[in-house]
Amino acid sequence: MDNHYNIYICGVGGQGIIKTSTIIGEAAMNQGLDVVMSEIHGMSQRGGSVSTELKIGGYNSSIIPKQGADMLLSFEPVETIRGLDKVNSETKIVYNTHPIIPSSTDKQYPNVDSITKTLKENFKYVLPIDGTQLAMDAGSVLALNMVLLGAVTADDKFPLTKESVIEAMKNNLKPKFHEMNLKAIESGYNSIKS
Amino acid sequence: MNLKELVTGDSGEKRFLLGNEAAVRGLIEAGISIAATYPGTPSSEIGNVLSVLAKDANIYFEFSTNEKVAMEVAATAAVSGLRSFTFMKHVGMNVAADSFMTTAYSGVNGGMVILSADDPSLFSSQNEQDTRNYAKLANVPILEPSNCQEVKDMVKYAFDLSEQFKLPVIVRTTTRVSHMRGVVEFGDVRDNSSNNDNHWKRGHFNKDPSKYVPVPAFAGDMHVRLWDKIRKIEEVSNKSKFNCEWGTGKKYGLIASSSAFNYACDVVKFNNLDIKILKLGFSYPFPQNKVIEFLSDLDEVFVVEEVDPIIERDTLVCIGSKNLNVQVHGKLDGTFPIYHEFNSDIVAEGLNKVLNFKENKSVQFTQSLEKLSEDIPSRAPVLCAGCPHRAMYYGINIAIEELGLKPEDVIFASDIGCYTLGINPPYNAADYLLSMGSSVGDGCGFSVSTDQKVASFIGDSTFFHSGISPLINAVHNKHNFVLTVLDNRITAMTGGQPNPGIPVDGMGDDAPEVSIRKLALACGCDFVRVINPFNLEQVVKTYREAFERKDAAVIISKAPCTLIKGLTRKPPVKFIESNCNNCDKCVKELACPAISKINGKITIDESQCDGCTACIQVCKYGALEDGR
Repeated sequence: MDNHYNIYICGVGGQGIIKTSTIIGEAAMNQGLDVVMSEIHGMSQRGGSVSTELKIGGYNSSIIPKQGADMLLSFEPVETIRGLDKVNSETKIVYNTHPIIPSSTDKQYPNVDSITKTLKENFKYVLPIDGTQLAMDAGSVLALNMVLLGAVTADDKFPLTKESVIEAMKNNLKPKFHEMNLKAIESGYNSIKS
Repeated sequence: MNLKELVTGDSGEKRFLLGNEAAVRGLIEAGISIAATYPGTPSSEIGNVLSVLAKDANIYFEFSTNEKVAMEVAATAAVSGLRSFTFMKHVGMNVAADSFMTTAYSGVNGGMVILSADDPSLFSSQNEQDTRNYAKLANVPILEPSNCQEVKDMVKYAFDLSEQFKLPVIVRTTTRVSHMRGVVEFGDVRDNSSNNDNHWKRGHFNKDPSKYVPVPAFAGDMHVRLWDKIRKIEEVSNKSKFNCEWGTGKKYGLIASSSAFNYACDVVKFNNLDIKILKLGFSYPFPQNKVIEFLSDLDEVFVVEEVDPIIERDTLVCIGSKNLNVQVHGKLDGTFPIYHEFNSDIVAEGLNKVLNFKENKSVQFTQSLEKLSEDIPSRAPVLCAGCPHRAMYYGINIAIEELGLKPEDVIFASDIGCYTLGINPPYNAADYLLSMGSSVGDGCGFSVSTDQKVASFIGDSTFFHSGISPLINAVHNKHNFVLTVLDNRITAMTGGQPNPGIPVDGMGDDAPEVSIRKLALACGCDFVRVINPFNLEQVVKTYREAFERKDAAVIISKAPCTLIKGLTRKPPVKFIESNCNNCDKCVKELACPAISKINGKITIDESQCDGCTACIQVCKYGALEDGR
């Protein structure tokens, strides 16, 4: 099934996940690709788990089936684990290594290095990046989503060009922050490419 | 995308839109004059977008106090010849139902469309409920879009249909349609501008009590006329382009609607199944002839729909009435689940029970991954860092403790809003909940039926929605409970819409602010106090006083939601490690998401901390300090 590409994006409310997904979707539309996306709104999602699903290439439904993702892009280590339902052995797993500790005290937050180790034992493509640090280097922790957006565009199978993603970013974010966001996209891109 | 492009965009242009944004474009293309709502997720963004665009689009828009009022605003506009729109979530239909039911009798002149957004799997609702039952109950047509393009097209078409038959029309979405994004191609815009000075066109109501006043003498005839209309509309649904077929399957067929159609379509396509599909976008009045024709040469048919087996039962009626020999697989025979939303996996599993096309392949993970998956902490939605509700809940629990009451001595009657999240530990502040405004009526009931103390909680918007009439009941019938109105100056849970308690209306204009304090006083309450929830001492003292009373006491806990746009953030709280006594009170009893204990040390997440200072008052050792 060429030209099909499913991205499952997850993280914590307030990290800019929906905006990132919309930018990818708009870029896909501008490149003439068929694209649908699903997002969840409502309740006070600041601090709660949030996910979006993007499907490029001739789908009716916007929900990715089990093990159906080509890319799992996670903004937070534990949310990566929560998203594993959607991955198969070929799925690329890109995630931010900076944890956000939930206020629930039901379980101990696992060690991030051991998350990475365990994921690498199970999957071929596991790409951890310290996106939070890269975002701060680019100018603000709020640019984390652009770092991760840059990381997605670096995937060989990703059907969109970096240029069209940047164009869509400019169309969706304030001009005041374009320079910082460009820097963030580049650093995310380079962290995967290098 | 700039939202204004929904107004300025030309026919033929494409945009990547949320289903709810597509609905707004449909309204603009239909040239509506009036829209009204009470915010309810998953329909909320329609109001947020209209709020921004109303003036550019020559539309009058309001956030009404509740869905019934919104229904009445739309109905009177439509009967006066204007195109009007009201929208709500599925449970909002229950509130609106009383007026809605009769609107079907009195009818409309300008087109009137009601969008009701169902929430299968209850992402943000108190029940799963199928709006299609209301279409049948009231006898009004219903359309079920399955993607963003259809949302726009069906909303627009619904106005033409409504005007043709002088009957309101329902558009039923589900969460996955309202919150789906997809490519939408714009169509032509019908002009709704007028030559007078108003933003929107004025209509005119031509009096005719025999048509519009359903006293028994007239209402009987109205019901006859309604059935005449419905019979005629069935001819339209039989021919509707929204009810269409794909595929060549001879033995197996599949009937589906809304998002369930999307899942079914993908499963059939990606597994190369030889199944003929009938999609029902116009599902009531049920297109019987169309369905009978579809079934006539089939052996077996799957019915794939979310929430209730409505199309399935109607299909069975078709089969029974024509004595067809077709076996039906759906919710009723257990092929598909009878509750919760579907997805491609669920639909594939159901089809597989009959067709056996799928091997069961499972992925083997290492034990350490399986253990890790089981051991990750949950991340339930919580009250935000800096949320005034947290401070209030903390304070009321202290007051209860100081009064010598045990948790089982006090019933917390909660309501619909962010503050329902007080259900979580450590507050445990939600014991019973029914619907919008129910906390006040529940307070009445618990106060007469138990010897326990009752604390009812209601938000500012919810108070205006339906908290006032039960408060009048409480005063008049001498009920005894403490009602807290959590006035955070916004309708927070649905994304920050205005309500009558703030000086701005839905179109962004200045508006008179309605005082909750004066309303409570006018209802006859003797004890009405306004407190600042971030002043812990005041909170505890006021609750102690209120719980000692024998009447309905009202406490207005007033502080703005931390997510209101434009509020300046205070500097984050500082942690003074040398003062920390490791009592963990800040983590365990306040449970603010900005405070956690990492590697044995209290850590303030500066990206989250709002500087609300509640934690400073909780710490006895001076380990937390104002960042200013």
